[in-house]
Amino acid sequence: MTPQPPRRRRLEVEDIGDITVVNFLDKKILDDQNIQVIGEQLLSLVEELGRNKILLNFANVEFLSSAALGKLIVLNRKLNEVGGKLVLCNIDANIYEVFEITKLNKVFKIAKDEQDGLQAF
Amino acid sequence: MSSSQPNTRVLSFASDLAEARHVQAEIEAALTAAAFGERDVFAVKLALEEALVNAIKHGNGLDPEKKVHVRYAVSTERFDVCIVDEGPGFNPEEVPDPTAPENLERPCGRGLLLMRHYMNHVEYSDAGRAVQMSKIKK
Repeated sequence: MTPQPPRRRRLEVEDIGDITVVNFLDKKILDDQNIQVIGEQLLSLVEELGRNKILLNFANVEFLSSAALGKLIVLNRKLNEVGGKLVLCNIDANIYEVFEITKLNKVFKIAKDEQDGLQAF
Repeated sequence: MSSSQPNTRVLSFASDLAEARHVQAEIEAALTAAAFGERDVFAVKLALEEALVNAIKHGNGLDPEKKVHVRYAVSTERFDVCIVDEGPGFNPEEVPDPTAPENLERPCGRGLLLMRHYMNHVEYSDAGRAVQMSKIKK
């Protein structure tokens, strides 16, 4: 049997008013198992904790793959379903280019920094 | 990629994403040693990630009995890599355009687009089981 990887915390969550600010603890959002855990933890903010205004802060993130983008799309869809909103901020120039190439910069609301992000709700 | 090219490395590993990380780290170190810039290294890392995940997950279906074969060469001018899986293959022409409005919110299908954007050359052969990619140093 394949040993289960440790489900260590991958997100730091802080509430600022009614907005939930999420920081990624990983510099690289890679690996199926990690991305799966991140996706589940993000969805649980909406489904279990009832948060509906989420600001994802990418300040720590230096690298992500298309599999991670998929989880962001699923989270965005879930928030749209419940009348909530997702905003992304502090995206490094290299990673922003990934959003541009995939045209996901048209799907997501992207703010410059956390302050701008908080104003975007 | 000619096998007579200097610094050509040939390796094979089981369909395991952790194994792919070793190959990626080795290639990143070789690119840095050959003075590839930060943007080029980012481009190659992303294209490699997408191609290796495709080979391991979609090609070999995470089957530990199936291997991924990688051949790469780094020179002071360019990086060439060929990644081959042992899966059923696929037709890259049939992958829907992920930037089309009707596909924009699909959660997958962007790997090939990113590989084509970040590399100078991407070519599939052997019915989609082999992908050859090149990056010219800027």
